[in-house]
Amino acid sequence: MSHHIVEARDLAYAYPDGTRALKGVSFRITHGESVALVGPNGAGKSTLLLQLNGFLRPTQGEVRIGNLPITPKTLDQIRRTVGVIFQDPDDQLFMPTVREDVTFGPLNMGFPRQEAESIAEAVLAQVGMSDIADRAPYHLSAGQKRAVAIAAVLAMSPDILVLDEPSSHLDPKGRRRLIDLLHGFSHTKIIATHDLDLALDLCPRTIVIADGRVREDGPTLRLFQDQALLEECALELPLRMQGCPICHPQHPPSPSPGR
Amino acid sequence: MKQRSMEDRFLEFGLIDQLARADSRLHRLDPRAKLLTTLFFCALVVSFPRYSVLAILPLLLYPVLLSAMGELPLAYVARRTLPALPFAFMVGIFNPWIDTKPVASLGPLLISGGWLSFTSILLRCILTVSSAIILVASTGISQICLAFQRLGAPHLFSLQIMFLYRYLFVLTAEAVQMVRARNLRTFGRRGLGPGPFASLIASLLIRSLDRAQNIHRAMVARGFRGEIQPLRQSRWRRHDTFFVLLCILACSTIRLWNLPQAIGGWLLQLLP
Amino acid sequence: MHMADALISPAVGGSFWAVSCGLIGISARKTQRHLEDYAIPMMGVLGAFVFAAQMINYTIPSTGSSGHIGGGLLLAVLLGPWAGFLVLASVLSVQAFFFMDGGLLALGCNIFNLGFFPCFVAYPLVFLPASGAHPSPARLTFAAVIATVVGLQFGALGVIFQTLVSGISSLSFSAFASIMLPVHLAIGLVEGVITSTIVTLLAKARPEAIALGREHKTTPQTAWIIAKVFLPIAAVIAIALSWFASTHPDGLEWSLARLGIDTEAEAAPSGLNQALNRTQESMALFPDYRLPAPTDAAGAGPSTESWPNVEAGTSLAGLVGGMITLITVGLCAVLLHLAKRRRERARASQPVHPL
Repeated sequence: MSHHIVEARDLAYAYPDGTRALKGVSFRITHGESVALVGPNGAGKSTLLLQLNGFLRPTQGEVRIGNLPITPKTLDQIRRTVGVIFQDPDDQLFMPTVREDVTFGPLNMGFPRQEAESIAEAVLAQVGMSDIADRAPYHLSAGQKRAVAIAAVLAMSPDILVLDEPSSHLDPKGRRRLIDLLHGFSHTKIIATHDLDLALDLCPRTIVIADGRVREDGPTLRLFQDQALLEECALELPLRMQGCPICHPQHPPSPSPGR
Repeated sequence: MKQRSMEDRFLEFGLIDQLARADSRLHRLDPRAKLLTTLFFCALVVSFPRYSVLAILPLLLYPVLLSAMGELPLAYVARRTLPALPFAFMVGIFNPWIDTKPVASLGPLLISGGWLSFTSILLRCILTVSSAIILVASTGISQICLAFQRLGAPHLFSLQIMFLYRYLFVLTAEAVQMVRARNLRTFGRRGLGPGPFASLIASLLIRSLDRAQNIHRAMVARGFRGEIQPLRQSRWRRHDTFFVLLCILACSTIRLWNLPQAIGGWLLQLLP
Repeated sequence: MHMADALISPAVGGSFWAVSCGLIGISARKTQRHLEDYAIPMMGVLGAFVFAAQMINYTIPSTGSSGHIGGGLLLAVLLGPWAGFLVLASVLSVQAFFFMDGGLLALGCNIFNLGFFPCFVAYPLVFLPASGAHPSPARLTFAAVIATVVGLQFGALGVIFQTLVSGISSLSFSAFASIMLPVHLAIGLVEGVITSTIVTLLAKARPEAIALGREHKTTPQTAWIIAKVFLPIAAVIAIALSWFASTHPDGLEWSLARLGIDTEAEAAPSGLNQALNRTQESMALFPDYRLPAPTDAAGAGPSTESWPNVEAGTSLAGLVGGMITLITVGLCAVLLHLAKRRRERARASQPVHPL
């Protein structure tokens, strides 16, 4: 199953207006890994994610999915392999009902309607959303929208899941449900997030992006203990790694760097 | 014409979808059947002569019966109908002053053509608007859209309506937020002048364009290549035909014979 | 200035439906031919944008009056006239179905008044020539203002024309026009300024979006528009009106009289007309009221009886019948409501399955 590998080689990208968002990023993510992508706003995380699915063509270097480089020829196959879950689920749920939305991908892949619908049933059941299949996306809660967006991507049966800020806008319970759901997937996962607790839960490995470069790449636990690094990247120690200032008042609360 | 507050209008979207999701005999009919019937009904209502009031009255049964069939609250239909009246009112209200020829009498009271045609305009308005409300509340816009497409509208057009309707909610919510944020800072004292209005609209437009780009990416990511497969479609069954025929028959009867006049005449004959 | 169903006749509603459907068909074909696949979500989102933008009102300082944008010209600038028209038509359709802004039957009229004029008249015939290829801000404002004004004036004329020809309202052309035209002139001026501001701001933030409308070679040539759009429209309207005239000789003359147009006495009705008239008479078993000729100017009508021709008996019967009808309708409503409530109560008393 070599095509679960994601590799970036000296990846650079400049937007048409000249902004250099990526300045030489290299990493290799192997089969079944879960990797968190963290870094301050504007560090280039979102640009990097857009590269992984071929939405943006690198100005230098390349991305390889499995053994394939991303080129216009391989684009279809790459997009089938890499499922991207966007930050705003509203952008992703564009069809009038949940069911129509989840069948959108399979229908485009050429499945007959009946099969596409049974795929939809299956993935909706997998994310626990079977009972809202006929609802319109705009009447769903944030958590439901997120789950349906994930189902819609799962319906394409990708090998690699790329998630952009999956826990944004979720209430604590919805967030916990999402974490449990993602835990259950055996896919290779790349998660861009500011939510370090989520990263700690889901991803043994973390890549810290700062100023368009890989600042640090290593085990999540080790990186998150590096106060200086976190400070530098406008991040904060995950809550559960902070001494509780209420239970242990002798620890002065850590000076929180305001966002 | 008084504009309802945009937040109220926004909330109404939700309600109509909720109603359209319900399940009743009317909901289960093929959307094409309902669409055709409604259009026929509207055309029939406006085909009455200018001064018709009496002859139109029996048609009020249509919204009453259909809303019962669709288990739609009549109060809701009425409440949604009211805001549509002002334009008809504004134009019709001149009739009584312009057209002062008496055309009917109630004992000593002569009724001018203007008042009759004014009443007729309001009645037409109530009937056409309420029938449209019942159509939408029992069908939902995406199904109506499909019906249009299956009746021959271009695919691109129905697709366009579908997307429009989907993002209506998102963009209206954004617009509501922007206006609210602005009102909070101006303490609601001044209205929005054309200059600030234009920049508010421009930033809404820029956000919309960015969103369109994101949506396109999300579509491409799921195999979109310029074609959207048709949605799930309902099937035309025998009771759809039955419904359409029944409605056409009943309404045409009302159109061709002035029933109230006939009933009234008949009753008066019974009296000594 | 949405038209309402209550103000139009079936002939007017029907012919403008036909015209608008035709225009939508042509526009869809034209758009499809040049369609990039990103345009599908883009058009939809722009439609939603216009819809949302129309819910925000601006106020004109020191007058206290307020309005919202129509967005026709803006869409034409962003998407080109064909796609712009399609988007506008979809906005109006959703408004008709959802907010009852204008009725279903009047939808054709509304699409024509608010979509056709800005996209196929104001944009190609006024805005493009006036703005040139790379307009300075002042020239852009100028072009947007006159294009919007022209579009809206034509739209207002459309409303007046449709209302008068329908013959439901008794307003005279001059009275109606003296209200509608100045109001829409003012609205047009403001909207023109707003449109040009939006376009200028957008050109700074997303220059590629402005280029879209021009890039697609969908900007129709004037001659082309006249040949393929105006002529068929004129033909459809003419056919519809002549049909209307043949079936309702009074109505049209009456309207035309108020338009200030003198109609010659009717020529002897042709065989078809006679047949139509006969059918109509035989269909109207119980004519509503015996109408006097609507106005003196249109005295050519067939009414021979002189006013007053009101029979007290008929009116009384009508009154009684009307009352009975209303009572029946009311009773139906109440009974059905009670039945529904009882059903609901029965349903509520059953144990509800928790969601």
